[in-house]
Amino acid sequence: MFIINCPYCGERDQTEFSSGGEAHIARPKQPTELSDDEWAEFLFMRKNIKGIQFERWNHSHGCRKWFNVVRDTSNDKIHAVYKMGEKPPVNK
Amino acid sequence: MKNKYSIFSLIKNAFSSHENWQRAWRDPEPKKEYDAIIVGGGGHGLATAYYLAKKHKITNIAVVEKGWIGGGNTGRNTTIIRSNYLWDASAGLYDHALKIWEGLSQELNYNVMFSQRGVMNLAHNLQDVRDLKRRTHANRLNGIDAVWLNTDEVKKFCPIINTSPDIRYPVLGGTLQKRAGTARHDAVAWGYARGADQLGVDIIQNCEVKGIKRDGDQVIGIETSKGYIKSKKIGVVAAGHSSVIANMAGLKLPLESKPLQALVSEPVKPIIDTVVMSNAVHAYVSQSDKGELVIGAGTDSYVSYTQKGSHNIVEETLRAILELYPIFSRMKMLRQWGGIVDICPDASPIISKTQVKGLYFNCGWGTGGFKATPGSGDLFAHTIANDEPHKLNAAFNINRFVSGDLVDEHGAAAVAH
Repeated sequence: MFIINCPYCGERDQTEFSSGGEAHIARPKQPTELSDDEWAEFLFMRKNIKGIQFERWNHSHGCRKWFNVVRDTSNDKIHAVYKMGEKPPVNK
Repeated sequence: MKNKYSIFSLIKNAFSSHENWQRAWRDPEPKKEYDAIIVGGGGHGLATAYYLAKKHKITNIAVVEKGWIGGGNTGRNTTIIRSNYLWDASAGLYDHALKIWEGLSQELNYNVMFSQRGVMNLAHNLQDVRDLKRRTHANRLNGIDAVWLNTDEVKKFCPIINTSPDIRYPVLGGTLQKRAGTARHDAVAWGYARGADQLGVDIIQNCEVKGIKRDGDQVIGIETSKGYIKSKKIGVVAAGHSSVIANMAGLKLPLESKPLQALVSEPVKPIIDTVVMSNAVHAYVSQSDKGELVIGAGTDSYVSYTQKGSHNIVEETLRAILELYPIFSRMKMLRQWGGIVDICPDASPIISKTQVKGLYFNCGWGTGGFKATPGSGDLFAHTIANDEPHKLNAAFNINRFVSGDLVDEHGAAAVAH
C-alpha cells in the first residue's frame, strides 16, 4: 500500500488506482507477420523485475487516465511519475 | 533408516528429558560439483531432491536455499490441500499430489499432520452455482470425490456459517471434497529435508544464487554466495523469485510476482472443523490445531517483492469473513504476513524443460502451490532425471504460451487456491 502522485489529480491512495503491469511493451506494428514465438513474447513474457520497474497505472477511481510510474518493486518506493507519451525521467 | 522415529524412540527419549534427539539433517558445505542442483529449499524443492534420490537414484544432489528451508511460501501459506480442479490436466496433477499426501507421513516417517477434514467451496450467485456444479461433474468424471451441497446441507456441514438470504453475498450452496484438508506446512519441509538428507542430499542453507552459468545452450553451474558450484542439471523451484533466477540465465518467464496475504487469529477452542473457501468474496478460513483461525486473503494487484501486502486486501477479506461468520466478530487477529507468489497468465504452474539444456523450471504455482508439494516434487524429479516430462506434467510445459494450449484455471476453478 502506497501513495501515487497522479500527474492529473495529485497524491492519492494506491487503492484508487489499477495496475496495468509492465510499461513500454509496444504493440506489434504488423501483427499478421508475427510468429507464434513473437506473439508469446508480446502477450505473456514479462520481465517481472525485482528492483526498478517501469509500469502503467490507471487512476480508475479518479480521472480514469493512464500514466507511467517508475517504482522499486523490492520496497514499493516510487521514483518518478510521467504521462503517457512522455520520455521516462530516469534511464530505462 | 537411521534415527527412525517411533513410539519406542519417543519413550526412550522421554527418559532423558528429550535432550538427546539427533539433528534431523546435516549442515554441509557445498562440494565443487553435483549431478544435480535444486535452487530453492521450500517444500517443492526438497520434495524434488527427495524423489530424485529415492526414485531415480541420483543422490549426488545439492539443494541451495538463500534463507532457511521452508522459510518462503512453504511457511506462509494457509496449508489447504484439495484436488477438485476443473480441467483434466489439473485434476490429474493435483490428485496425483493428493494421493501421495495420503501416505506421506508413513513414507517419510515424519508426521506431516495431514488431516482430511474436507474442503467446502461456497457459491454466492447463480453463476457460482453453475460453475461449481459443472466442476463437481467434471471432478467425478475424473474420479475425484466431489458433492454438491444445497444451502441447508452447507449449514449442516458447517453450522457457524450465516446462511441468511439477506446478506450481501448469500450462500446458495457449495461443493465439498471430503478427501481434501490441511497439513502442517513446516513439517512437510522438515520431513522431506530429513528424508532427502538421509539419502545423501546436501541441503545448503544461507546460500543465495547470484548467477547461472551457461556454455552456449548448456547450463554448467551456479554462482552462489558460497562460491561457484558446477552441475549440468539445475532445477529451479524459486516461487516468487523464479523470474529473477530466469533473468540470470537470460530467460524470460510468463510470470508476475505479487504479495499474497494470510493472517491468523488468537487461539480459541475448536469452532470450525473443516476448510471453507469462498471464491466470490475471496476469503477462506480453517482452524489450526493450536486453535488459531487461519484466514487466507487475496493478492495485491501489482508486482511487488515486499512480502507485506496491502491493508485494504485484509480489510476486504475480513469484511467477508465477518458477514459469513458473525460469531468471529470479536476475535482479535494476531499475525498477518505476505508471501510472494508467481502467477502465470492461465493460473496454472509450469513444470518444464527450458530452451537451455539442463535447466528446468518448476514455477508459476501462484496462489495455490502448497497442496501440490509432493506431486510437484515427484513430477519435477521425473522431468529432471529423464529430461522428459511425465505424462501428468506434459501439459504444464512452458511452450504452452507459444502454442496457445493453455490450462486456463483462472476463470474455471476460480482464483482462490
